[in-house]
Amino acid sequence: MKDTSPKDVVIEVRGLRNQFGSHVVHEDLDLDVYRGEIIGVVGGSGTGKSVLLRSIVGLQEPAAGSINVLGTDVLADVHAARETLDEKWGVMFQDGALFSSLTVRENVEVPMRSVPDLSPSIRRNLADLKISMVGLPYLAGDKYPSELSGGMRKRAGLARSLALDPEIVFLDEPTAGLDPVGAAAFDTLIKNLSRSMGLTVFLVTHDLDTLYAVCDRIAVLAERKVLVTGSLEDMLKADHPWTREYFHGPRARAAFEAPTQQGDAGGAT
Amino acid sequence: MSQDLRHQLVHFDETDEGVLRLRGQLSIYTVSSAQERVARLDTQKDLTIDIGDLSRIDTAGAWLLCEIEAAGEAAGNRVTLQNVTGETATLLSSVKSAMPEKQVAVKTETGFAVLLHRLGEKVSAGTTFLLELTGYLGLFFVSLGRVIRHPSEFRFTSLVAHAEDVGYRAVPIVSLMAFLIGVVLAFQGSAQLRQFGAEVFVVDLIAISILRELGILLTAIIVAGRTASAFTAAIGSMKMREEIDAMRTLGLDPAVVLFLPRILALLFMLPILGLIANIMGLFGGALMAWIELGISPSMFRIRLIEGTDVSHVFVGLIKAPVFALIIGVVGCHAGMQVKSNAESLGRMTSNAVVTAIFTVIVADALFSIFFAQVGL
Repeated sequence: MKDTSPKDVVIEVRGLRNQFGSHVVHEDLDLDVYRGEIIGVVGGSGTGKSVLLRSIVGLQEPAAGSINVLGTDVLADVHAARETLDEKWGVMFQDGALFSSLTVRENVEVPMRSVPDLSPSIRRNLADLKISMVGLPYLAGDKYPSELSGGMRKRAGLARSLALDPEIVFLDEPTAGLDPVGAAAFDTLIKNLSRSMGLTVFLVTHDLDTLYAVCDRIAVLAERKVLVTGSLEDMLKADHPWTREYFHGPRARAAFEAPTQQGDAGGAT
Repeated sequence: MSQDLRHQLVHFDETDEGVLRLRGQLSIYTVSSAQERVARLDTQKDLTIDIGDLSRIDTAGAWLLCEIEAAGEAAGNRVTLQNVTGETATLLSSVKSAMPEKQVAVKTETGFAVLLHRLGEKVSAGTTFLLELTGYLGLFFVSLGRVIRHPSEFRFTSLVAHAEDVGYRAVPIVSLMAFLIGVVLAFQGSAQLRQFGAEVFVVDLIAISILRELGILLTAIIVAGRTASAFTAAIGSMKMREEIDAMRTLGLDPAVVLFLPRILALLFMLPILGLIANIMGLFGGALMAWIELGISPSMFRIRLIEGTDVSHVFVGLIKAPVFALIIGVVGCHAGMQVKSNAESLGRMTSNAVVTAIFTVIVADALFSIFFAQVGL
């Protein structure tokens, strides 16, 4: 069974430096992610939230630093790292990034094709199960990504990232572009899946409601590094100007003072 | 670590009390073999499965357990799971509640009637396509009429930019192509005509075939490949990013803003390109005739002026505006058919090229018949 002791570090980033030309995005960035938690990475536009995510999953080669995921050094040998890690992490990109020439079911089956001796009928059934687990109707499996709405595409992208039961999922702006009802439903979905599958979730977001409803811990990206990490309460106490503005702004207040406790609602369904 | 995940197995031990005990990992890597083993179980009696010794279970494993349960219930037996720990119970219950209900999508019929139906659909789609192309041609003329009445609406800068792209930048490739065609014609023609001692007629051969047909036809084909695809890609990607819709809400007519400058640029540039192709073709032919048959440039010139009527040039160039309209309309129409996915952009681009080249050749054949009938 999976070990869920809270201090088991699954992602360890040390001294990360990313730069594009002379523009330095990250400098001396450190971050730890613990097993089983949902960590939300926030930061202003252009602070390199997505770049951090891309660095961790090996899509962006950093200028310096070390990244260790589940005991594997991602940067030491990208190819070997990919081979070991590809089935242990799943990535959901902003708009789902589904393959447009495949149906949703075929999209979900793509990662499963790397499993040796998995019979096609079981693969199909498992894909249907994953599609249903992310809350899509059965017949959505036969549709092509272009026939789905934005929210459904995100769900389908999540289903594909969960295809191999990864230990870590990376979500890039999971609720961006969704209506409030759809976003709340997606928050609940992430929380439930994370609990029932023992997932570690690394999510990049702008959405204060998501932070409030699902995240166990928050990492604030500013001034090229992770400025503070901690629970929502810690964030409210932090006195860095950007953090203050972010967590004490009018929208933040509205999110935190919302009458319905979305976190509880999420746990109940 | 992934390797040991992959190579772990699931074991089934049957105890004396009829309890099926699972060991190892029940995951996506072992679910296939586990299912084969499960299929051999006796379905006619109650079943107890002990999963306490499993080292790992994932959704695929939970799915299999749920399937066994469902199959047992369908046969009227009880399936009991033993030693379910807290976490596995959560996983099992969420998988169980998510087990999809199979729905049958609308079945596709087969048979002769369906084939006929498809044929009919194709024919009707073809007719619609032709009607739409005619519609776009009409749209072009209507917007042309509008900008003639309101010249301020016309995008002159855009016209010049497209003219540069469509015409000026195509000059090297068109020249090279026409030059080589002239060379080939002279070379092949001289080999044949030499047998009759009629070498000097190679000039007529080159001049008539290039001026009447090949110069403009091959130019149109190259421009169709180059420009129709560019029009489709440009307009199609604007359609994909909803730029066309944005234009409409801003009161801009895409026909005036996008189609008109493009098609007009082609209309002006294709005759010029055709003329360049004619000159380069004659030049290539003359060069080869000189090298191969010893027909000097001045002799080539005299023979050209004496033997070839100037009407051949007009017969050739009169086709250019028609070809330009075809290429432009097909390219713009295909661009507007692009849907919101990238795949349709690729498909429409290649469709545009194929349709444009095909239609240009059909139009050329019709011109040939027409000119033959009127005796030109």
